[in-house]
Amino acid sequence: MSVLLIAEHNNKELKPFTLNAATAASQIDNDVHAVIIGHECEDTAKALSKLEFVKKVIQVEAAHYENFVAENFAPVIVKLADNYSHIISSANTFGKNLMPRIAAALDTSQISDITKVIAPDTFLRPIYAGNAFATVKSKDVKKCITIRPTSFDPCESSGGSASIEKAEASEEFSKTKFIKREEVKSDRPELGTARVVVSGGRGMQSGDNFKLITSLADKLNAAIGASRAAVDAGYISNDHQVGQTGKVVVPDLYIAVGISGAIQHLAGMKESKVIVAINKDGEAPIFSVADYGLEADLFEAVPQFLEELNKLNTIQK
Amino acid sequence: MKILVAVKRVIDYNVQIRVKEDNTGVVTDNVKMSTNPPDDNAIEEAVKIKEAGKATEVVAVSIGEEKAQETVRKALAVGADRGILVKTDSVVEPLSVSKLLQKIVEKEKPDLVFMGKQAIDDDCNQTGQMLSALLNWPQATFASKIEIKDGKLEVTREIDEGLETIEINVPAIVTCDLRLNEPRYASLPNIMKAKKKPIEQLNASDLGVDISPRIEQIKVEEPPKRKAGIKVASVSELVQKLKNEAKVI
Repeated sequence: MSVLLIAEHNNKELKPFTLNAATAASQIDNDVHAVIIGHECEDTAKALSKLEFVKKVIQVEAAHYENFVAENFAPVIVKLADNYSHIISSANTFGKNLMPRIAAALDTSQISDITKVIAPDTFLRPIYAGNAFATVKSKDVKKCITIRPTSFDPCESSGGSASIEKAEASEEFSKTKFIKREEVKSDRPELGTARVVVSGGRGMQSGDNFKLITSLADKLNAAIGASRAAVDAGYISNDHQVGQTGKVVVPDLYIAVGISGAIQHLAGMKESKVIVAINKDGEAPIFSVADYGLEADLFEAVPQFLEELNKLNTIQK
Repeated sequence: MKILVAVKRVIDYNVQIRVKEDNTGVVTDNVKMSTNPPDDNAIEEAVKIKEAGKATEVVAVSIGEEKAQETVRKALAVGADRGILVKTDSVVEPLSVSKLLQKIVEKEKPDLVFMGKQAIDDDCNQTGQMLSALLNWPQATFASKIEIKDGKLEVTREIDEGLETIEINVPAIVTCDLRLNEPRYASLPNIMKAKKKPIEQLNASDLGVDISPRIEQIKVEEPPKRKAGIKVASVSELVQKLKNEAKVI
């Protein structure tokens, strides 16, 4: 029994959640092999071979793998699947898009977004936006699993010395063409892995007012999150959305500003270690999960917060 | 062009979920049920395409118990032309749903199949991708914008890094994000009219597909509760607590 981990990367480097997925894979079985499918991703394959837990790397290269089109990736994995009992990837948009295509081709009932490995065939996963947790056991011979990255620690990125083997590319799927990707570049910590997240909601009232969130995030070296309402209203781009249909975050500190706390939003942040809520509506559901709630007008509270943080820094110096 | 839209009946998104005392699932008795929210976006998009003169027929299909007919009826009330209900009382996993939908696709021969990107009950996010694998069709998941251009679709997808645009040939599967459009409400006259639209009823067991579950649900539990927090009176108290008590700043 071996586990095949699908590496997520951008050709130049590994995506951090590959390290979390490697940890999850190692909890299923010691013999973890990792496959990297891409274009001119030699260095990334090497980085993958150094990961703790990874015993072997399979590198598959072709120009049509440059943009991670699931229709091109799935046949590669299906071809390799014979040798593996489990196929695993992260439950982010990369894995969510790809894994079901593999599972259906292998006639396997996929288990999505697991938060715990109980046994090699038994897993814990949230359902109903995390309002319930199901323990599920797969009866399929081959198991296709996506993992919730924030529920597993990242493995060490060095120390491993796996062999790198090359495998043959599959044919290009001609009916799907990649056109463009609009990535929002930022020097901030990534939302999924940041130690501190500052999020704004509908209470921000405009995209312009989000600069309050930005200043607070700058001060705390935090990532910026948002509720769906804020993204829908156009205050900020979709890659910031936290919640059931957005990203799941588990930072040490989550500061929710002007967010009422619909269950769909709580689904994405309520596992955070410390939650702060700033909202002028004392009855807002966000206060039910907040460790520290401040019932106040955010337009007064956030500037004060910044001021207090500045004072704190002065004292520390 | 013909568009098939798959809709699922789920517990309404506003309902506070309760886990059954015997841990076999969640309470569904006397609980408000609705269409899975992103499936509403899928129907809306199909109807808009038809209204723009780019599609000739919109067919809504649901799989589930008899009552799932209400979900199909709602799709008819906002503009779908006719409905199909595939009846089954057993648990259907996304793999089974996609196999049943494959049968419906073979029969109906649509050019496009739309559905929500994820159902808000099991949160699986699998069915559209699985159906496109079974049909070997292109897939455009998490769509927030769809443009039809000479027999092809240009779809903007919401991904973790931002947005991605792909072009797919028809026939194809599109799974819809909540930001794709603003679903309309059914007007009373349209609700009345929808009562006269046909819904074909089929039994899942007649479609020649093995839909027996592959996943055993051992138990369902409440999530761990957070310990109750406190309200602070001022920003300075908040900062002091974060620094000295929680030690996170």
